[in-house]
Amino acid sequence: MSAARTGAVSTAASSRTARFIDWVDERFPLTAMMKEHVTEYYAAKNFNIWYVFGVLALVVLILQIVTGIFLTMNYKPSAEDAFASVEYIMREVEWGWLIRYMHSTGASMFFVVVYLHMFRGLMYGSYKAPRELLWIVGMLIYLALMAEAFMGYLLPWGQMSYWGAQVIVSLFGAIPVIGAGLVEWIRGDYFISDITLNRFFALHVVAVPLALLLLVVVHILALHTTGSLNPDGVEIKEKKGADGIPLDGVAFHPYHTSKDLVAIIVFAIVFAAVLFFAPEMGGYFLEHANFEPANLLKTPDHIAPVWYFTPFYAILRAVPSKGWGAFLMLASIVLLFLLPWLDRCKVKSIRYRGWQFKAALVAFAVSFVALGFLGLQPATEKVYVYAARFFALVYFAFFLLMPLYTSRERTKPVPERVVYHGHE
Amino acid sequence: MSEEASVSRRHFLTVATSVTGVVGLALTAAPFIASFRPSTRAQALGAPVAVDISRLEEGAMVRVVWRGQPVWVLHRSKDMLARLAGEKSALKDKDSAESTQPEYAKNATRALRPEFLVVIGNCTHLGCAPLERFEVAPADLGPDWVGGFFCPCHGSKFDLAARVMDGSPAPTNLVIPPYRFVGDEMVIVGEDTGAAA
Repeated sequence: MSAARTGAVSTAASSRTARFIDWVDERFPLTAMMKEHVTEYYAAKNFNIWYVFGVLALVVLILQIVTGIFLTMNYKPSAEDAFASVEYIMREVEWGWLIRYMHSTGASMFFVVVYLHMFRGLMYGSYKAPRELLWIVGMLIYLALMAEAFMGYLLPWGQMSYWGAQVIVSLFGAIPVIGAGLVEWIRGDYFISDITLNRFFALHVVAVPLALLLLVVVHILALHTTGSLNPDGVEIKEKKGADGIPLDGVAFHPYHTSKDLVAIIVFAIVFAAVLFFAPEMGGYFLEHANFEPANLLKTPDHIAPVWYFTPFYAILRAVPSKGWGAFLMLASIVLLFLLPWLDRCKVKSIRYRGWQFKAALVAFAVSFVALGFLGLQPATEKVYVYAARFFALVYFAFFLLMPLYTSRERTKPVPERVVYHGHE
Repeated sequence: MSEEASVSRRHFLTVATSVTGVVGLALTAAPFIASFRPSTRAQALGAPVAVDISRLEEGAMVRVVWRGQPVWVLHRSKDMLARLAGEKSALKDKDSAESTQPEYAKNATRALRPEFLVVIGNCTHLGCAPLERFEVAPADLGPDWVGGFFCPCHGSKFDLAARVMDGSPAPTNLVIPPYRFVGDEMVIVGEDTGAAA
């Protein structure tokens, strides 16, 4: 009796919900969008751990936006007050230290997951036709992220904030003819000043985040147009069942979301460990010199950017000329954009590619990490300079020789369907 | 009007409207781009500094601040110039090839007029402020010292033309800012005859 009544009530409630959804659907394509992008977006069933970093990047983006909003409530973007307001957040605002460390740790973790996400793309050929635009939009996100991180780093107005900005902004001075004027235009002053800080704040909290959000939407729309690739580099859309659903695809929700949730929890544990036990990460996430207020008249002993920029910084320093150093640094990023056209091999996934690409990718990964290490070292050691030159050469060779070694690859046959050893 | 004429007319109107729109957008963007340039206040604070040198005695030096940096104006005496010419210390960048200075200061005295040295007083090593040590052969700087600047932070030595000596951690000579003279009484730091302020 009572069970029957409960059933009747819940049916009534669910029909009320259904009526409400209908009401919305007549005015906004809610159900259609949910189907297209979530419950009926089919991705390959053989995703491995490399496929969680995109979702994790989205999680960090949300975290950065939320913590960032709360930081702006107590932060003051002026040369006079900035450093003190950050200390105020750290010491006097309730839980301010947590919010600030979440934001600073989030910045580094953002790059960790984005670098892994990009490396996944390199391994499985996610940049290849028809995903060139997807890759380019992703690269634009990466550029926006670098701009965001760089401008955010100036805001605490510490010694490293100040001198790091000084070094990076003066790089634009290497551009012939317009260089000097451009540097003045970026700073809005004749040195990095209150004016520069104020505009970097505006760009960091309004302009670049808006651009990032827009780019992320475009990235996901492009992904959902081509469909996600998989570790076998097989296009699952080419083999569809009678119902029009890819035979090797499973719905993003609930199948991939439930796997992603596990990844998010593991990531949260790692994140919390850093946040609570090593928020400065021994000077790698927050540099020691930045706990000293900016001093216009005294340069720190050793200027190094935060770890995620050091590979490019090492390339910059490896060249004895400022102009060529800046050019090569720019080139090292531009080449990534061209990847879809530099790679001539038809096979997408590393699983079926020849030894040439495998060796090149390993050399590239090693040189990237090595450059990252070298960029953190003082420039005075000659050994480090020569090492940086060597690895920069490897870095560029990976891209510039790519059309040669990828067109001679002896590839293995690619299977018709994805290889999957599930629990039957 | 025929169908074709109408289409080409529409095409022309579309192009004309687009071009007008783009021009309008570019013109509207101009104020926003210009707003990024140094404001009037920044320009005023970064304006050239006038230094009265009419009463600056030979061998004396004044300090002024220009764009957040200390600028020194040293009135070199004939004796100082003679010592500079007869200098024995080895210099890292004798001809100032690697150093920063306006073209007119890229000479033996690194100056527009040999008797006046105008230089930014930040060590090119790590930005400390070197001290003036114009005496000859003091006990701490050795018998070869003919006067110059000594940085107390890391021991960089500069001669009376602000050129860095061998064995100093500083990589280049001290920076010479743009400057010009107004008669014999005044030196304007931050502006030269070539530049339109």
